[in-house]
Amino acid sequence: MKNKRLDLSYSQMKWETIFRRILIFMSIVLVLIVIGILITLIMESMPSIKSLGIGYLWGKVWDPVSNIYGAYPFLIGTLLTSFIALIISIPFSYAVSIYLGEYNPKGWLSNLLKNTIELIAAVPSIIYGFWGLFVLVPIIRTFEAKIGVAPYGIGIFTSSLILAVMIIPYAASLGITLIRMVPSPLKEGAYALGATRFEVIRSVIMPFTRSGLFAGVLLSLGRALGETMAVTMLIGNTSTLAHTFKDLIFGPSNTMASVIANEFTEADHTVYLSALIELGLVLFFVTVVINLIGKRIITRFTNN
Amino acid sequence: MEHTVVSASKFNAWFGDNHVVKDVSIGIEKNQVIAVMGPSGCGKTTFLRCINRMHELIPGATAKGSLKLYDDEVYTMNPIYVRYKIGMVFQRPNPFPNLSIYDNVVAGYKLNGLKMAKADMDNIVEKSLTSAALWKEVKDSLHKKGTFLSGGQQQRLCIARAIAMEPEVILFDEPTSALDPISTSSVEQLFHELKEKYTLIIVTHNMQQAARVSDKTAFFYLGELVEFDDTKQMFTAPADVRTQNYITGRFS
Ligand SMILES: Nc1ncnc2c1ncn2[C@@H]1O[C@H](COP(=O)(O)OP(=O)(O)OP(=O)(O)O)[C@@H](O)[C@H]1O
Ligand SMILES: [Mg+2]
Repeated sequence: MKNKRLDLSYSQMKWETIFRRILIFMSIVLVLIVIGILITLIMESMPSIKSLGIGYLWGKVWDPVSNIYGAYPFLIGTLLTSFIALIISIPFSYAVSIYLGEYNPKGWLSNLLKNTIELIAAVPSIIYGFWGLFVLVPIIRTFEAKIGVAPYGIGIFTSSLILAVMIIPYAASLGITLIRMVPSPLKEGAYALGATRFEVIRSVIMPFTRSGLFAGVLLSLGRALGETMAVTMLIGNTSTLAHTFKDLIFGPSNTMASVIANEFTEADHTVYLSALIELGLVLFFVTVVINLIGKRIITRFTNN
Repeated sequence: MEHTVVSASKFNAWFGDNHVVKDVSIGIEKNQVIAVMGPSGCGKTTFLRCINRMHELIPGATAKGSLKLYDDEVYTMNPIYVRYKIGMVFQRPNPFPNLSIYDNVVAGYKLNGLKMAKADMDNIVEKSLTSAALWKEVKDSLHKKGTFLSGGQQQRLCIARAIAMEPEVILFDEPTSALDPISTSSVEQLFHELKEKYTLIIVTHNMQQAARVSDKTAFFYLGELVEFDDTKQMFTAPADVRTQNYITGRFS
């Protein structure tokens, strides 16, 4: 006697297997693409790595005409813009996280605000660049004239301001989620002892979410380090390092991403092009590492 | 009545439109243990949380009517002060996971930013932990995290935390329902000692527990206070048929 149900079970299993293989294949393709990008970056950087060596990283001069390539000005430019942006954005993202996570977690106003903040991340960065050029640059210029530095209007400070706005959603939306996850028995335990809202935030919510909020800041940082378009439009694109701190902050400069965007099409010989790609390689590593650390902290946080 | 600590008259509470505590009037005397009983969802927790104004922390939750601590209307007092005078212990032990045992006991002071000398603080910690029958077990590990303790120990730590504020009244919402029988009996033991100094209001589903620890029992049904009487009286000869049905097991 033929067992129809058994036959059907076998063909069901077969489909199950095929379906699973398709899923695995798709995922592997994505991983391969990332690895491919990394390999391309390394290979294309080889001419530069070979002829410039490790000194490339702290070479202070970038002068393609004389065939001198030092990445140091861009490392400084990148780190400065990102960290200033981070420092400006942290109070905003923490405030928003606390307000929408604890004070006003439900209702239309809360949803509207949360969506608006997430929209910040969806605006194309060229729009920020334009807005910065038309609105921010004139304001900064006036400001610079007042404090007695050369009134370029463009430069690290201006880029950092725009970057700060752009990266707020990364820390804020994670922060909102994490603060909403704080178990209410813990908060109520504190309220029942006569704590105020502020005291509950300081003594219960903050310690509980500290590592998660820090991870959000790391994600913001990863975003800031790599941001290209808006920064390229606002940073002034100068590859020489300013001599005074004031000029460094307020004067034109360059980041790794912005110099690649600016000079890639002009690079007319192998080492020049390769030196630019090596910048990309360094940027790739730094952002990947920062993102991995951030994700790691988040996973550990949400598993507890 | 001069010995009345907490009194409610025609007290009502809502979650949005949901009327969950209806016209409750009750007078609770000093140094008594009051058991609050009733089927699930009848508003016991809600009423308890109204007494120290925790109810209003939930968005959309409202309350109306008179509720007094001695002669003061609780709903015109400063809520922070109310919660300082009326402590609370929750169903699941909730020590602060980031604080040591020591800091958990004085958390009320630290949260409120009250400064005091180290010696005074040590004193409060020892006294409160002793009153909560926990001192002997933890005196050598005061600076370990409170979450390392067993469930029953954590619950006694939460009781110590409430005692440390020297409240008038302590509210307990099913304080032993998350505990094993041995921890339960040690917490019950504690109630007998605590009532010397405090007035205890305990929500419980466990009739044996109510019989063992309470002087009086309040029986809630569908948001109303159906009966409030001496526990013995209530369990042997309840006046209301709903109480009788509940006690004889006709309700859940
Ligand atoms: N946070 C809340 N939001 C909205 N409604 C609530 C909330 N908590 C309780 N309720 C409603 O209020 C009513 C009374 O709930 P309450 O928790 O006071 O009951 P209870 O007597 O303590 O029950 P149990 O014995 O199960 O703990 C229930 O109908 C419940 O649905
Ligand atoms: Mg309850």
